[in-house]
Amino acid sequence: MSKPTFEKGYNAFKKEIDAPVASFFSSCVHCGICAEACLFYTETGDPKYTPIYKLEPMRKVWAQEYTLAGKLRSALGLGRKLTEDDFKEWEELVYDSCTLCGRCSMVCPVGNDIVYMVRKAREAFVAAGYIPAGMVGAATRAVKIGSPMGVRLKALEAQISHIEEETGLKIPMDVEGAEYMPLLSSMEIINFPEYLSALARIFREADATWTLCSEAFEATNSGIQLGSADIARELLQRVVDGAEKLKVKTVVGPECGHAFWALRWEGPNLIERPYPFQVQHILELLDRFRAEGRIETKGEIKERVTFHDPCQIVRKGGVLEQPRNLLNMIAADFAEMPDHGKMNWCCGGGGGVSSNERADELRIKVFALKKRQIEASGAETLVTACANCRLMLEDGIDEYQMEMPVIGLTEAVADHLLERRKD
Amino acid sequence: MSNPTEFLALVRGPLFDVAIAIFLFGVILRLTEILALGRKHDYSESRGGEGRGGWTTIWRRMLPDQEKIKRAPGVTVLGYLFHIGFFVCLLLFVPHIELIYNLIGIKWPGLPTPFIDVAAIVAMVSLAALFVNRLIHPVLRFLSTFEDYFLLVVVFLTVFTGYAAFHRLMEPASSALAWHILSVELMLVIFPFTKLMHTFTLFIARWYNGAMAARRGVQS
Repeated sequence: MSKPTFEKGYNAFKKEIDAPVASFFSSCVHCGICAEACLFYTETGDPKYTPIYKLEPMRKVWAQEYTLAGKLRSALGLGRKLTEDDFKEWEELVYDSCTLCGRCSMVCPVGNDIVYMVRKAREAFVAAGYIPAGMVGAATRAVKIGSPMGVRLKALEAQISHIEEETGLKIPMDVEGAEYMPLLSSMEIINFPEYLSALARIFREADATWTLCSEAFEATNSGIQLGSADIARELLQRVVDGAEKLKVKTVVGPECGHAFWALRWEGPNLIERPYPFQVQHILELLDRFRAEGRIETKGEIKERVTFHDPCQIVRKGGVLEQPRNLLNMIAADFAEMPDHGKMNWCCGGGGGVSSNERADELRIKVFALKKRQIEASGAETLVTACANCRLMLEDGIDEYQMEMPVIGLTEAVADHLLERRKD
Repeated sequence: MSNPTEFLALVRGPLFDVAIAIFLFGVILRLTEILALGRKHDYSESRGGEGRGGWTTIWRRMLPDQEKIKRAPGVTVLGYLFHIGFFVCLLLFVPHIELIYNLIGIKWPGLPTPFIDVAAIVAMVSLAALFVNRLIHPVLRFLSTFEDYFLLVVVFLTVFTGYAAFHRLMEPASSALAWHILSVELMLVIFPFTKLMHTFTLFIARWYNGAMAARRGVQS
């Protein structure tokens, strides 16, 4: 990246402002309802966390550049212009206190898609050089090493041989023409290797051909969280190249929420062409296998379970029914949390907040909401489908001294898999 | 102005034409400014139903929703009351319908004046309460600019002067009517350059929101 400057930041705002953004700023009546949808406001009571307020720098550029009234005001030396200080002051609001969860976009009475604008605003903060150190570190590691956590192919290979030994199953690597190419997130390689072993068992049971790709196994995309289309494109290109080289039919996104967002929705726009392959979230695939009778389960989780909907998969990804179909298959007592589904509350660590250590205290504070939600369900076990959510939930549960296991849905399905195939 | 009749003639005649001209020019300009920006082509594979999603969001966000009433009762309830009261007065008061008929040749049945009276009082009380709510609610006070308060006053004036003119709270009646028309002209002139524009742009905003969400398989 070239050296960031205020001008670049300003120009990035200009470039990011499109008709939807202009219609949103034109429509805001300052009703404050978006604040009530944001866990950073509800849990702190601090009005500066009002979602639309986080976009004040962008609004200034819009007014100044794209409205006649604003142009006149600036010609007369009136009106509030964007300054370097705005970037400095808003950095915390745009990064530490927004998880890109998109709840605000669901409640705005005039229909403003606020999270759409925060995602865009981050491009300007990157261009101007106002970004949290932790997120820069993750993005740098992702570009240089191939993973935000610094996980190299060797580490994956070590996990693979571990799993192969344990399960007696082969984990295919670089097999040309396989139907499915699942991706992983670093966290799944390091913290939750059960995921990969679950995939191996499920694919065998469903009798599907699959392969990992040695050049593109990491699905997370720090560029998206940071707001750098350049970094995002570079990371995504590796996946596209890998999938095209192996001629796979479907790339399967890992449970990780923002990885799915990056791959499914932003990816084709980053490379400015449609993919020659399909992209599915692992839960979409599992539910299809279930519906087609290709996987069946036996036994059930006895204690009451509830499901934490990852924002990027449900509210922003449209995968809503699938986790419920799967859970109903393996849980005897599945109870929903209040506000579940597309209005679920964030774990507090999405959108890059989890890699931004500076935001830790705030993140733990706002977890109070998740705690109330989990408790209201009366569940003893929490299931989710995103490695990042899972870590954040474990962290919050720990901090609030709650006792509750958190499990990933894919491995829960694999644990109850009826293994009919003997080969 | 030397006498009330001349004053009324002025606000009804040339000033009204000027106000309408600025209003129309401004609204068209603002809508053009927004739509001309366009948006990039989306290459991601859609889950379908953008158009339907857009129209559904336009409709749905008009309906009351329990969470909003529970979490933001003041602004939600007062917001509904004000809008209903205001639009009943604007669109169902017989002299207004006649005026609109004279301007664009379309008409519809109105409501008897006692209903309009109630609507006007509801609108005025809600506007006053919204003003107070803006002053005391921490989020609203924090977000509010001069424009937010100023517009509440301007809109209040349009309803109040209309009410005063009809009930002859001011003498002579022609002056009261003239002040009503003048306050409406003020509103028309500032309309395109303030957040009053949301009257039109919210349809665009909701459509984009609903369509983009529908693309991803979510009804927003």
